[in-house]
Amino acid sequence: MKKGTQLVKTGFAEMFKGGVIMDVTNAAQAKIAEEAGAVAVMALERVPADIRAQGGVARMSDPKIIKEIIAAVSIPVMAKARIGHFVEAQILEALGVDFVDESEVLTPADEEHHIDKWPFKVPFVNGARDLGEALRRISEGSAMIRTKGEAGTGNVVEAVRHARSVMKAIRRIGAMRSDELVAEAKSLQAPLELVRYVHEHGKLPVVNFAAGGIATPADAALMMQLGMDGVFVGSGIFKSGDPARRAKAIVKAVTHYKDPDVLAQVSEDLGEPMVGINLDTLSEEEKMAKRGW
Amino acid sequence: MRRYPRIGVLALQGDFREHRLMLESVGAEVVEVRLPKHLRDVSGLIIPGGESTTIGKLAREYEIDEAVKEKRKKEGLAIWGTCAGAIWIAQRIIGHQQPHLPLMDIAVRRNAFGRQVDSFEALLEIAGLNTPFKGVFIRAPEIVDVGSQVEVLSRYQGKIVFARQGNAWATSFHPELTDDARLHEMFISTAKN
Repeated sequence: MKKGTQLVKTGFAEMFKGGVIMDVTNAAQAKIAEEAGAVAVMALERVPADIRAQGGVARMSDPKIIKEIIAAVSIPVMAKARIGHFVEAQILEALGVDFVDESEVLTPADEEHHIDKWPFKVPFVNGARDLGEALRRISEGSAMIRTKGEAGTGNVVEAVRHARSVMKAIRRIGAMRSDELVAEAKSLQAPLELVRYVHEHGKLPVVNFAAGGIATPADAALMMQLGMDGVFVGSGIFKSGDPARRAKAIVKAVTHYKDPDVLAQVSEDLGEPMVGINLDTLSEEEKMAKRGW
Repeated sequence: MRRYPRIGVLALQGDFREHRLMLESVGAEVVEVRLPKHLRDVSGLIIPGGESTTIGKLAREYEIDEAVKEKRKKEGLAIWGTCAGAIWIAQRIIGHQQPHLPLMDIAVRRNAFGRQVDSFEALLEIAGLNTPFKGVFIRAPEIVDVGSQVEVLSRYQGKIVFARQGNAWATSFHPELTDDARLHEMFISTAKN
């Protein structure tokens, strides 16, 4: 019996495909998410919109909250560690968390090094704005990639930018001659073997989700049509007027993302969405997507 | 006449793409099933791995469960559930109330091998296969009990991980995550007959 192999880690991430992973801050919200059909929950002390509003250093959640959420639901539970904070990751692994998100939503703990993810049995998900960043994270052992988007804004524009950037680069590499890959790897600052994988398979070697600013069923379906494998929804659900209803609608939108009739039906009468932030009003320091490299 | 039957893969959520690629690699024609109408021309249906609660809810919402039951009764639709799929077709799910479609006389226990940190790979002996098969177990269920009509095809550490009842199969593990297509080929021939 071999535990914690790369196949077991990336294979687990494959099981989330076509699904929605929802941010929750307590057991009651976790149950609402599970009831709505979430494939996993992300256990947090504060959703990104509140982290943004309150400021200060954002850290790993209190283990007590994580344990309560693990006890409350049968679906997988994820939790966030700060970029480079491998001890927070060790603690999350010890708590029995199913996936660790090394997340730019929290305040980075290391401005040079991401966590070396290979020695862990628990799999990791990492954010990426472009293909080079995605492949660097995979080379560090990440088993799942998501767009960074701009968390806590309810504005999908950055997630769209990152998804398009990654997918465009994948298509470009697919069309290259194999003798062009070395120079491409150099320019992406990514390992050649991973660039070669992308060239041969036309996709990342791990699943690729959308995250950061998704607030409506249409946002979720947009990200799916752009080629994402599934969706994280952070503040978008529990900062809206009717979280249970909105959560269910987004779950259906991700399954039926190509079917405008279903999308029209599920988008109806969802109550108030989260208010959202126009990104032009954010200063450069306020942009979380800039964290990590 | 087609050489291979057309096989459906329930594509509500989960690793349906891996099943599709595996089936296509051995020559089958594949239909992704998201609504009852997609079941029309298939003679077999694979329920992939994923989150069993999510799959169960979405299947009920769009009445796919009733359509599958009907098609099985009328036309003997072959069915194979892997991991979450095995939970969905089980008669009994121990300790959980969730929407499912009881097609096989088995009882399952979810996450019987532990959480993700306990997920593992192991070689399995499977009845009918000459050499071992790589079993990938991810937060896997255990088949804890089987009815008299059900054959046990494989066990791991004493736990039932592969059961068959006529042309309905349940596996705790994920053959679609390996590069070994033997079980998919067997399933195709089951759906053909």
